[in-house]
Amino acid sequence: MKCTTEGIAGFGCDPWWLIGGKALVIFVFLVLTVLLSMWVERRVIGRMQLRIGPNRCGPFGLLQGLADGVKLALKEDIVPAGVDKVVFWLAPVVSAVPAFISFIIIPFGPTVSIFGHQTQLQGTDLPVAVLLVLAMSSMGIYGIVLAGWSSMSPYSLLGGLRSSAQMISYEIAMSLSFVAVFMFAGSMSTSQIVAGQQHIWYGVLLLPSFLIYIITMMGESNRIPFDLPEGEGELVGGFHTEYSSLKFAMFFLAEYINLATLSALATTLFLGGWHAPPPITTIWAGANSGWWPVLWFLIKIWAFIFFFIWLRGSLPRVRYDQLMKLGWKVLMPISLGWILLVATIRTASREGLNQTQLLIYGGITIAVVLVGSFAWDLVATSGRQVDPYAEPERATAAEPAQGGFPVPPLDLPHYHGVLPETAARKEVSSGTH
Amino acid sequence: MNTYFHDYLVVFVLVLLGAGIVAGGLGGNRLLRPHRPTREKLTTYECGVDPVGEGWAQSYVRYYVFAYLYVVFAVDAVFLFPWATVFALKGYGPTTLGEMFVFLGFLAAGLAYAAKKKVLSWV
Amino acid sequence: MTTLDVVFVLLGVVAVGAAVLVVTTRQLVHAALWLVVSFGALAGGYLMLTAEFVAWVQVLIYVGAVVVLLLFGIMLTRAPIGRSADLDSGNRWAALAVALATAGVLVTVLVRGFRTAYAPLDVAGQGAAKPLGESVFRIWVLPFEVLSVLLLAALVGAIVLSRREI
Repeated sequence: MKCTTEGIAGFGCDPWWLIGGKALVIFVFLVLTVLLSMWVERRVIGRMQLRIGPNRCGPFGLLQGLADGVKLALKEDIVPAGVDKVVFWLAPVVSAVPAFISFIIIPFGPTVSIFGHQTQLQGTDLPVAVLLVLAMSSMGIYGIVLAGWSSMSPYSLLGGLRSSAQMISYEIAMSLSFVAVFMFAGSMSTSQIVAGQQHIWYGVLLLPSFLIYIITMMGESNRIPFDLPEGEGELVGGFHTEYSSLKFAMFFLAEYINLATLSALATTLFLGGWHAPPPITTIWAGANSGWWPVLWFLIKIWAFIFFFIWLRGSLPRVRYDQLMKLGWKVLMPISLGWILLVATIRTASREGLNQTQLLIYGGITIAVVLVGSFAWDLVATSGRQVDPYAEPERATAAEPAQGGFPVPPLDLPHYHGVLPETAARKEVSSGTH
Repeated sequence: MNTYFHDYLVVFVLVLLGAGIVAGGLGGNRLLRPHRPTREKLTTYECGVDPVGEGWAQSYVRYYVFAYLYVVFAVDAVFLFPWATVFALKGYGPTTLGEMFVFLGFLAAGLAYAAKKKVLSWV
Repeated sequence: MTTLDVVFVLLGVVAVGAAVLVVTTRQLVHAALWLVVSFGALAGGYLMLTAEFVAWVQVLIYVGAVVVLLLFGIMLTRAPIGRSADLDSGNRWAALAVALATAGVLVTVLVRGFRTAYAPLDVAGQGAAKPLGESVFRIWVLPFEVLSVLLLAALVGAIVLSRREI
């Protein structure tokens, strides 16, 4: 096969040192991004909460992330008695390794010359690149569910189950939000998707997809407002309650790498990748050539990371039922409907309908959908119309768990350091959770 | 060796590098960290109450239903991807669109059924 | 025998070995994890045959969804840490016979059906989404639509089974 420097086929021609170099650069980039984003997060959150934030380690506290990492690596590693040791060890590894891989398909820039070699600034490109990211993020679920199970602690188990249920719920909506992008780009390869956004970003063209992606990426990253798996008030630390030392650091690392990956994916699919923002290209024609695109790419990624942090500083945590309701009852139907709408409009415009006809048909469809949802709302709510003046029934409920909310039994026994032999082998009755 | 295997070689190199760094980190950590386990340290964390019993509590059927929904809709998404890439090509007009309408119609019926049976709302 | 053949055979060995461990291990959750290894090796096999879309779908659906479903199912009923004594039944030999018979039927059918159906391995992008979409939406439209009915039936079945107050 002939080696070219354009398009997908260009990647197989890199010499071995370039392949190794790219892998190493991606690695170093990820580690640096993690260390920096930890510092940025704590400083920005500090500012937002009228504090100063860490400012002791190095200039402006820049080395705080590194100091935390070193501290964690030197801590005692506690493996609680009775855990499944193999799986307990496997879980952080399974969490961290797939997180690194997704970044290989992110394009940092166009073709550049490195030591006389023409190569694209991208680890590699595959015709199914975005699918690889989805597959890797579904692998990340294992780290969480296994950590929860192997820890032998109810908090961990609950946190792990919750977290994985949340991630699988949002992953579908996320992959559906990509479909409209594939429709316009005609490909699942990231470099072609970026190339397709030369004139208009898909984030503008397909705004609903972009918004759905932003919401799902919050859900996927297990961060506020969707950080229920580690809701401190209810689950201690969630799935990593029992983890300490470097194993805990691995989960931390995976979380921040996922943050960077999700931001990079959003940049690539919706914000034009390495293309310069519109006003710059009209003034300066060379903005999209050479090494400059790397700068635009980094600016966009950091804007996203800042957005994540900003949300963490401003939003409260949602309730678990609200989270699931949003995922399945709002995001899923909207994404499915939006995909079909986009497809219909594209087909109609290709079949030769003009703009007025399109608008009329579109208006009719939207009206039908609106009326349908309104009717659905009426049907759904009419069944449980409550009399506002009626006595609340819950006041008479004898058992605290009867209201359906997960409350621990009030007579939970306390054994202060002494385990009665009779109770030691009994399973805790779990109640509803 | 053509470009296809070359591309995946890069992925494989990164997997190896990632696994190597993680393994190296854990190995180095093993050498550096102290190790002084006591009986209290090795109990699971229970907010100050001593743990009773096995620590494994049965999970709720709801999680299972959501995992099931995930399988069904992941299959759906997987069929949407190739559809989206060929959709704009020549020769795939309203027929292809109609096929997807039928396909998604069935699945939407499933989702509506789940919503009607109140499976989608977490109590 | 090229490097590719060697890697392919190795992946096959890993897939079969992990599958054997699935049924022989005494720890329920470990069995599910060996299933992950087996599916992963299978995905690697697809990759070696340049069917990249199918390979990543294998990871996404089987590894990412089906085994997670299995794990949730295990945790719903029993997921003890450590060995379970009651994981073996007396039907070991019958199961072995059924497994061998199934494998025999499948291998025979595949070999007889696809003996001469060779795909070249040096065409870039032949296993990507586009060629797959072309064949699904040009030739295999009916199976594709039937699949949606199957998925609907599975979904309704799962809901009916898991809800008591239908």
